[in-house]
Amino acid sequence: MARLLDPDSLRALARGCAILGAGGGGDTRIGLLEALQATEDYGPVTLVGLDELADDELIMPCGMIGAPTVHIEKIENGSEGIRLRQHLEDVTGYKVAALMSAEIGGSNGLNPIVWAARIGLPVVDADGMGRAFPLVPQVSMHLAGINPNPCVMTDERGNVIVFRTISGDWTERLARAAAVEFGGAAASTEYTLTVAQAREATVLGTVSLAIRIGLAVSTAQRSPVAELIAEVGAFRLVTGKISDVERRTTKGFVRGSVVIEGIGEDSGRLLRLELQNENLVALEQGRVAASVPDLISVLDSETAEAIATERVRYGQRVTVIAMPCDPVWRTDRGLQAAGPRAFGYDFDYVPVEELASAVT
Amino acid sequence: MPSLDCRLGIDVGGTNTDAVILDSADRVLAKAKVACTPDITGGITEAIDTVLRAPGADPRRITHVMLGTTHATNAVLERRMLRRVAVIRVGAPATLAVRPMFGWPNDLASAVCVAATIVDGGIEFDGRDLVPFDGDAVARFLGEVGGAADGVAITSVFAPVSPRHELLAAEIVKRELGEVHVSLSHEIGSVGLLERENATILNAALVGVAGDVASAMEAALAAHELRPVTFFAQNDGTLMALDHALRYPVLTIGSGPANSIRGAAFLTGTADSLVADVGGTSTDVGVLANGFPRESSQGVEIGGIRTNFRMPDLVTIALGGGTVVAGDPAAPVIGPQSVGFRLRNEALVFGGQTPTLTDSAVASGRASLGDPGLIGRHRSLLQSAARRADEMLADAIDRVKTAKGDRALIAVGGGSILVPDDLPGISEVIRPEHFDAANAVGAAIASVSGQVDRIFHPGADGRKAALAEASDEAVQNAIAAGADPAAVQIVEIEEIPLAYLTTPAVRIRVKAAGALGGLHERHSQPAPAGS
Repeated sequence: MARLLDPDSLRALARGCAILGAGGGGDTRIGLLEALQATEDYGPVTLVGLDELADDELIMPCGMIGAPTVHIEKIENGSEGIRLRQHLEDVTGYKVAALMSAEIGGSNGLNPIVWAARIGLPVVDADGMGRAFPLVPQVSMHLAGINPNPCVMTDERGNVIVFRTISGDWTERLARAAAVEFGGAAASTEYTLTVAQAREATVLGTVSLAIRIGLAVSTAQRSPVAELIAEVGAFRLVTGKISDVERRTTKGFVRGSVVIEGIGEDSGRLLRLELQNENLVALEQGRVAASVPDLISVLDSETAEAIATERVRYGQRVTVIAMPCDPVWRTDRGLQAAGPRAFGYDFDYVPVEELASAVT
Repeated sequence: MPSLDCRLGIDVGGTNTDAVILDSADRVLAKAKVACTPDITGGITEAIDTVLRAPGADPRRITHVMLGTTHATNAVLERRMLRRVAVIRVGAPATLAVRPMFGWPNDLASAVCVAATIVDGGIEFDGRDLVPFDGDAVARFLGEVGGAADGVAITSVFAPVSPRHELLAAEIVKRELGEVHVSLSHEIGSVGLLERENATILNAALVGVAGDVASAMEAALAAHELRPVTFFAQNDGTLMALDHALRYPVLTIGSGPANSIRGAAFLTGTADSLVADVGGTSTDVGVLANGFPRESSQGVEIGGIRTNFRMPDLVTIALGGGTVVAGDPAAPVIGPQSVGFRLRNEALVFGGQTPTLTDSAVASGRASLGDPGLIGRHRSLLQSAARRADEMLADAIDRVKTAKGDRALIAVGGGSILVPDDLPGISEVIRPEHFDAANAVGAAIASVSGQVDRIFHPGADGRKAALAEASDEAVQNAIAAGADPAAVQIVEIEEIPLAYLTTPAVRIRVKAAGALGGLHERHSQPAPAGS
């Protein structure tokens, strides 16, 4: 099933990653330009399945950590991944066989492609989330008990730090602080694992899923939103207009809420979204309509383009959809790491498909 | 000796060039509408000649002229009269992953760019140097390619936080090449390196075009022995002084729709409303908020190139006075073709052969124009087309609205006779006097703005101090652009916190605007200097 990622696939991937970002993960536009330039300069990247790689080979999960607003100004050098790989191999003594996106949602869904093109390695059709989350240990590898060490970070200048921590939480703390010193953004790898481990510890098929989502939207004959919903089995929560936006920043995270006022067949309905970098909870008349770890995405009603939490604006015409998350997030460990209570909400998670069927 | 108290407003649209003369009490004394010419300047000259001869016009009273034009957009689209630019980005070793102009149409990149380089330097979001600035690399680059360049575009990483590396690079350009034009990104765009760089390169390429239009206009005015102070309208519906426009021509690139919305506000005395500007080929529906056009949150594309300019937030549909009607009464087909400025030859009521929406307006009793008898067998098709056009307009209006409930709609533009009195979601349709020249009026009502869009690092006294600093800077920018210091007000404040960072940083955008200073003085006043 190995396939070359041509420019059209990369464009579809960028759209899909933005939608899987569930409002977060950063703008995919620059990641797409980087991927297009890298594959133009160094040749296309191969997408491989884990079943095509040998059990004991290493997978390097990687991406950028830091502020998306920094990323749109201080674009990468492009060689960051080369250093991550070199130091990871030096420290572990094992060869890296393929790169993997730690986070398919948002701009991190494209970074490994930029680096893989230069290194000449394939990218694996899997990631560590199946969406976007704000914290380093909010990955499937963490849930599976994979050790986060060694962590390698680098910047565009060539500074490298290799560090070991006692827990994923400490990795998050130290990596976030280092990213600020690096100028608000840095490249990192952690939770390195073997192919055999990755078959159990990652969210499979998410690169091709993102491409399918992107193609469903870009080739839609009629409504891109409807095509997208059909493609992924998503639930349409409401179609309407943004009628209120409230945002604030606390401890480096954007928190706030957005109210969508239904129009057309949803006229008279009000949906409230709670957000914290990503869209976390959708409420209607005090009742939860969807919540983390399921994916809640705000789409432009006409184009199905994902609208990030930072760009939601009064008056926009949107359709809010919810997609079931990977089952790994519905386990006890998964909900502990990224369920409603992990984000400070006092209610138990109910899968979106159950919430949706309770309504109808 | 007549009093010196009039302004001439000119708006060059896609179909027509409009001109109006306003007196110091903002009364419309004269107006003219002429068809655009392919070279634009011909239409401007003709509009000036026509309006100055119109009843009510007293050319000797004119002290100021304000021009809103599409010439910069057309120059980009047609690759005409563009200057050759040497492109310098200060940001290596960061930013190499996307080189300057990557993704531009090849023919435009080769028409504009002499050569491009990325040199070491740039700023971090917190104001530190990314790496030391490499001035020698700038000098070497200019030594190799500078001779072929008409201008230089300089963009540094995080110039909106500090412009110091751009200013250092500009000094080297001056030393190496002398008085060549230099566009600096921090004076042109906001956060977002590639979009700001694109806008900066386009700006350097358009410097000649702005000069040509200004000269043509001055020549046309000089023929009437007029030497008024000249202003250009910019994207947000406010003005900039001529010397400013000559240095920042790209800021004039979207002034048309903004002028119409500002003109609609002025002609009706309304500050908050919906506005439909119906021209010959298309209709723009926008929102008037607090006296200014509501702006889009998305950057605008010019000729396929992304910039980060804010433009009026519009829904545009292919519906205008010249829009061609086809199909049959059961299923009328509306546009998107238009007979444009040939309306007076081609529409049925004017003796032509092409059914248009102007004929529909006549057939459905909304306008009395030409000879209604010429509609003949097309009547039921035209009436059905009018109903379909109403649905299209109602849909556009609904899409631009920000809240439930009915709102007033101001109908302006030469084609606004198409707008019916009853529309879903509209409480009343306001049709101001001089509706057909609202765009030129909008150019002439003379408001000047200044803007700040930067990243701030709120210290101990936090948000308040950062907001005060930004507001003060916006006010100073407005005054530098020509606003009357006594009349400047903050019209918009937006704060966007930076996510996923542990140190507080916030992007603050403030706009200040006020009436043009010295308007009612004698025209010996100097032109306000650009910032």
